[in-house]
Amino acid sequence: MNAAVLQPVEQALTQKIQVKDLNFYYGKFQALKNINLDIPDRKVTAFIGPSGCGKSTLLRTFNRMYALYPNQEAKGEILLDGENILGPGQDLNRLRAKVGMVFQKPTPFPMSIHDNIAFGVRLYESLSPREMDERVEWALRKAALWDEVKGKLRQSGTSLSGGQQQRLCIARAIAVRPEVLLLDEPASALDPISTGRIEELVHELKADYTIVIVTHNMQQAARVSDYTAYMYLGDLVEFGVTDEVFIKPKKKETEDYITGRFG
Amino acid sequence: MDLYTRRLLINRFNLVVSLFTMLFGLFWLGWILFTLFKAGLGGFSAKLFLEMTPPPGSDGGLLNAIMGSLSMGAAGTLLGTPVGIMAGIYLAEFGSRGWLAPVTRFISDILLSAPSIVVGLFIYEAYVVWVGHFSGWAGAFALALIVVPVVIRTTENMLRLVPDSLREAAAALGAPQWKVIVLVTVRAAKAGIITGILLAIARISGETAPLLFTALNNQFWTSNMNAPMANLPMVIFQFAMSPYEEWHKLAWAGALLITLSVLALNVFARVFFRNRTATY
Ligand SMILES: Nc1ncnc2c1ncn2[C@@H]1O[C@H](COP(=O)(O)OP(=O)(O)OP(=O)(O)O)[C@@H](O)[C@H]1O
Ligand SMILES: [Mg+2]
Repeated sequence: MNAAVLQPVEQALTQKIQVKDLNFYYGKFQALKNINLDIPDRKVTAFIGPSGCGKSTLLRTFNRMYALYPNQEAKGEILLDGENILGPGQDLNRLRAKVGMVFQKPTPFPMSIHDNIAFGVRLYESLSPREMDERVEWALRKAALWDEVKGKLRQSGTSLSGGQQQRLCIARAIAVRPEVLLLDEPASALDPISTGRIEELVHELKADYTIVIVTHNMQQAARVSDYTAYMYLGDLVEFGVTDEVFIKPKKKETEDYITGRFG
Repeated sequence: MDLYTRRLLINRFNLVVSLFTMLFGLFWLGWILFTLFKAGLGGFSAKLFLEMTPPPGSDGGLLNAIMGSLSMGAAGTLLGTPVGIMAGIYLAEFGSRGWLAPVTRFISDILLSAPSIVVGLFIYEAYVVWVGHFSGWAGAFALALIVVPVVIRTTENMLRLVPDSLREAAAALGAPQWKVIVLVTVRAAKAGIITGILLAIARISGETAPLLFTALNNQFWTSNMNAPMANLPMVIFQFAMSPYEEWHKLAWAGALLITLSVLALNVFARVFFRNRTATY
């Protein structure tokens, strides 16, 4: 594969994350094969591809989520602001403070809505109760959830609807003000209205954050992302400016997948 | 007969069978409770809670036995629960690597199914012989040894029910593992863990065998945990085996008392958690 093809065209961009020769293994099974990819700063990058191609796996290397499991292993380099996060000296908690993640299924903690958001903030900052309330409100407003929950912040986060829970998780992730936000199919369980809100949110957040989003929804990828990576069976097939990937993809496989001619 | 009617009939048949098996079980339980109430209720009076166990042939109560059971039960629970919870957390949260966890789990399972008299004999050898006399502490240690594996088992199982996605979500915010466990995982499993503790309390409140070689018994009031201590199961055993009418009455009353306490504990746990699980 020609590495030059995989570079975004605008070379002036600063790269937030640079993936170099990344191979990933679940035990003996190789889920990612020699991935090379640069994720630009303060842009939205979408990962698309058929189920099981390794999108989540790639996403989970950026905050080293896989390190929770002893038989999962990544080889290669991932540079965050030029520093290799796969290196042995990397402090995982510090990394995860910088690289936030929202999962496919909502995962509210068994505590109040307020505490769900305060949980992460307390890890890094000691705020006065008033400052904390302000931060909670700020995050909930950003996640377009404030109006629905402002009267019941002391209620359990698990009492919310699925879509509200997901927005709560997004609020929780941005409340700690990470630099990078990883979104793994954040809208797959949401109704069109909530999905629309989350897309607006992504659009708004990219002013301050670098966002990587996994999605199965082609329209969504086209709508929200600046760059798109198409993956297939652990390979990165094509990566480029979203408009180009969608309008005139360089690879036949990409075109087939995007136009729905794929198996 | 088409497939649907056949299924319907099989369904009805199974429903009836399971209904009868339920009634069969309930029948014995009902009988036991009935006998217990019939024989025990007569002995229920203020005296039961105000007077000491009597010498043969005279009236009395169970105060010293009730107090003994409460103090040893409380001490046993307080000693055993933290150990059980921490071991359970270890097994569930750190138990996926190494050999220590499987070995611990195996030993705990053996302890769980060991006859309780063995536990009593062990404390006798290890503690009673060493200090030279029976004591309330020895009884508490034996009860604690019974509490530990029950709590380990329920804690581990309850923690395993917490989905990994919740742990991942907390770790993804950069929380260190101990915070993930204490603030998120254990919290999510709280109701189940407390149920396990209550189960353990219910289990030890009727145990006689482990107290036989440890706390023994005491005709008199004592709050000294270093002396032999009266307790309900031993008193029931001793009084029920005796030929004296008054003692029989007290034995029944004591048995009813234990049953009612365990029942109250269970009802309390249910009501408590019905209200709490809705909002955490
Ligand atoms: N925990 C695991 N253990 C072993 N293999 C795994 C594990 N998780 C994923 N895999 C395998 O790795 C490959 C990539 O999985 P991954 O979850 O990254 O796919 P994905 O692109 O996110 O798919 P989807 O769109 O369905 O979420 C798949 O073949 C999958 O079976
Ligand atoms: Mg996935």
